[in-house]
Amino acid sequence: MGELEMEKHVLYILSVEKKKDDFESVVMEHLRINGAYWGLTTLDLLGKLGTVDSDEVVSWILKCQHDSGGFGGNIGHDPHILYTLSAVQILALLNNLDVLDVDKLTNYISGLQNEDGSFSGDVWGEVDTRFSYIAICCLSILHRLDRINVEKAVNYIVSCKNLDGGFGCTPGGESHAGQIFCCVGALAITGSLHHVDKDLLGWWLCERQVKSGGLNGRPEKLPDVCYSWWVLSSLIMIDRVHWIDKEKLVRFILDCQDKENGGISDRPDDAVDVFHTYFGVAGLSLLEYPGLKAIDPAYALPVDIINRIFFGR
Amino acid sequence: MGGVVKRKCTEDLANLRSQKMQQLLLQKLLNYAPSKLNSSIITITNCIYTKESLEICSKLLEINPEAYTAWNYRKLAVEHYLQSETDPDSIKTILSEELRLVESALRRNFKSYGAWHHRKWVLSKGDLSLDHEFRLLDQFQKADSRNFNAWNYRRFVAAMKKVPDEEELKFTTDMINSNFSNYSAWHNRSILLSHLLGKRVQGSFPREEVLTEEYELVHQALFTDPDDQSGWFYHLWLLDQTVKPDAPVLVSSWPVQGSDVIASFNGNLNGCASSPFTNFHSDTGEFPLILYFNQVVEGVNSATVTVESIFDKNGDLVWRPLSTNYSRNAQAWVTYLKFPDIKDHSLKSYSVEVSLAHCQGIISSSGSHYIHPCQFAFTVSLQPLDLEYTERGPGVEMVVWTDDYFYTNETLLQDLSPTILSFHQQRIKEDHDATASMWPSKTIANEIALFRELLSEIDCKIGKLTLARLLMAHDTIMSYNKTPSAYNKVHSEEVLELLSDLMKLDPSHSRYYKDEHSLVLMQKVTSNRELLLKHCWHYRESTSSNIHVSICLRLNNLSLSRIGSIEILLSVQMLDLSHNELRSIEGLEAMQLLSCLNLSNNKLHSFTALEPLRLLKSLKVLDISYNEMGAHSIDTRRYLCSSPLSHTVGSDWNVDDCKTDGINMTNYWEAVLIFRGLNLTQLDIVGNAVTDEKFKLLLVKILPTLKWLDGDDVH
Repeated sequence: MGELEMEKHVLYILSVEKKKDDFESVVMEHLRINGAYWGLTTLDLLGKLGTVDSDEVVSWILKCQHDSGGFGGNIGHDPHILYTLSAVQILALLNNLDVLDVDKLTNYISGLQNEDGSFSGDVWGEVDTRFSYIAICCLSILHRLDRINVEKAVNYIVSCKNLDGGFGCTPGGESHAGQIFCCVGALAITGSLHHVDKDLLGWWLCERQVKSGGLNGRPEKLPDVCYSWWVLSSLIMIDRVHWIDKEKLVRFILDCQDKENGGISDRPDDAVDVFHTYFGVAGLSLLEYPGLKAIDPAYALPVDIINRIFFGR
Repeated sequence: MGGVVKRKCTEDLANLRSQKMQQLLLQKLLNYAPSKLNSSIITITNCIYTKESLEICSKLLEINPEAYTAWNYRKLAVEHYLQSETDPDSIKTILSEELRLVESALRRNFKSYGAWHHRKWVLSKGDLSLDHEFRLLDQFQKADSRNFNAWNYRRFVAAMKKVPDEEELKFTTDMINSNFSNYSAWHNRSILLSHLLGKRVQGSFPREEVLTEEYELVHQALFTDPDDQSGWFYHLWLLDQTVKPDAPVLVSSWPVQGSDVIASFNGNLNGCASSPFTNFHSDTGEFPLILYFNQVVEGVNSATVTVESIFDKNGDLVWRPLSTNYSRNAQAWVTYLKFPDIKDHSLKSYSVEVSLAHCQGIISSSGSHYIHPCQFAFTVSLQPLDLEYTERGPGVEMVVWTDDYFYTNETLLQDLSPTILSFHQQRIKEDHDATASMWPSKTIANEIALFRELLSEIDCKIGKLTLARLLMAHDTIMSYNKTPSAYNKVHSEEVLELLSDLMKLDPSHSRYYKDEHSLVLMQKVTSNRELLLKHCWHYRESTSSNIHVSICLRLNNLSLSRIGSIEILLSVQMLDLSHNELRSIEGLEAMQLLSCLNLSNNKLHSFTALEPLRLLKSLKVLDISYNEMGAHSIDTRRYLCSSPLSHTVGSDWNVDDCKTDGINMTNYWEAVLIFRGLNLTQLDIVGNAVTDEKFKLLLVKILPTLKWLDGDDVH
């Protein structure tokens, strides 16, 4: 088994940044801000954020912001809460949150809360617990959680809890590891983890580990490197991560590396992308892989950044 | 390792790639799209929707359904056209075109959230045929029976069409019968059944019959392919539905019914032949009254619980939930009764009566009310204040945890035994027994037999795990139906064996079984007096003339990774949990009498793991030496501990209050947070990754009461 090809992954991410015309970049165009978050966070975990011109990134991000306060996935795309979180996370990463008009942004997010406590993703009204997490995460980073009705927001998330202890998009929706991360993360940030049945959910989550060592997102599905993040971070927040075989998972992630050109894929021998590269590296960080910065399981940002935001005054 | 690995593309991308024409078109469109299709720009420029732009937009979405701005553009266009349109047929044409587009986009990528939402949005705009939606869903769900977007959409349409739950339940039955391995169908079934059971239409939907049928259905899945996980969680859910008591029940308390508590204020309890389990010493002039329920409850207060005593007026009592997360609910609740200011040195006893008579306001997290009124009484004697001894007591002399400081004395222990367990004597009234249904215990017995049979045929993990759970459930049910004296865990030994087998059979999850094993072991050890007394030792203080007697519960060297059965141990004041494998001490917060605690040589990873100690007002002596504090970059208790990160500590909380030279406080917030609220006199912390001299200086600063740190006098 090889080791983590740190330098190659750095080069891979920097090369993705530069490519704008190949097919993947075009398909990804509408969520470039997500891509930037994945890439930059990975660089920071690898200790190489310094290679990026942060002024350039910040000015591009600000160009994605709309008058409403929300951010689009790229310049010229509509605002949506999905991209607003990435913008806030990137600015936090670059220690540049002060460029934001916090009140304007806060108004945008709090304006998306519905009467039942849930959140819409944008003005078109799609409701999903992913958006609850995003709203709560953003506002917490901005120290503005008091601007929404947290109790209602928490109750809505709890109403999405299922027989297996997991959570779905809306009440009645099936549990899915990504969705569980969002709900557990939102409950963690609001000090509400007592609503989680930690042993039941922990068992469901640890059974996501399949024979190859990789994790899947739902029962009887294939493993995928991205669940190294969704499942692991959830297990960590509820203190049940020791219920999986960490060494086997490390091996699975390392097997998904492109050892020639850098980058990590969903499964061994598949094509790499920046999304899976981030989730692979972040997963290894959660597994305490040597040489990587530690990442916070709830805010999905490096621990030192989060500690600076909450304790560094 | 040098060979060039041929890297496959993900499926979706491969399909797209193969169509070069589309790729070219896509590039062209995307170059064009952002500037032309941005809905904000369009809104500003007076809603221009040309035929051309709409066509480009739909082509774009058919190729890339994730281009969300294009969906927004179409919504704006639809709204624009509907505004000026009154003819129902024309409206239908506009909306049908949208549905056609969504359908075509979904055929490209049926996981597209944007496409599914567009469909929902269109349905909300006009009176469209929902039958068509079901036909489409049938196609999609046949093609991918696990697509959760489709299942979500199905629930949405079913609710819109007001399809009865029974009919949708039938759909899940068909799906399951055509393929047992359909977790999504099992999931939806649990949702529908919960609704139906929740409605409690007595007679038309008899709970017990329904659950019995469900057991039969899930057996077919489990026994057809025991390795398929689809039925696992459903079976566990059924088990939970079978055994879960609806109403909360008080399971234990401290003091217990009929006990005589001897309390001393700011002094030492000396020479009393009475039980150290009912002796209590307090620095603060108050003593705890603890109520422990069988599940998490809220609403314990002076209106729901009445305490009659000379100590405090009932209305003045403040009840606090003993939970580490500052929520309003907990399994254990405490109130502190204040000693009266009595100069009289006679050993006079005062009676205290506790009554949960008007307790409807005590509610479980599932919304069930407390319905078993009960009361209990105990007496409290105030120990004469003997100034000679006020300099003694726990934490006055250094506590040493080595074996030679402990001894056993069977006869003395036997004398103490009546009060050692804090069972609540009147847990369940007899009349409750009479009304209790026999169905749960019969069902569990039947399940146990079935799974034993399965295991006699094949050695499978889920069979063993389920059998272990069934046996534990059986013991739990029996403990509810019997008096506390018969509270025996008859299956503990077999369950422990099953769990040990599982550790070998399924090594990847061995620590899950290990944690379960620890809980069952704790249940076993505390299940009766004889077993528990084996772990009770006398602690001999080194220099005193040995009139101060302490009893220590020693649960050391048991390889415990977790603790449980706390409800039975509420009276414990000195506890040795050293040389185990503890990663967490969750639950310890209920042990309000605890004054000396040994957690050395465990696997505690971080200071945040000590959060339960913050609620222990009496804790004086703590040994956390030889753990793994500071050795891990990822803190798994970070969000289970109150802190500014989870908004459970006020934002005014500032670590800089305790600023010490040369220490970056941001790195030690956990330690400050935990230790600041404690009144420790003795702390042992050696053998952890964090213990450098600077950190020790910090500890001395935040713990002003500290006398010994790692055996050294700090003064």
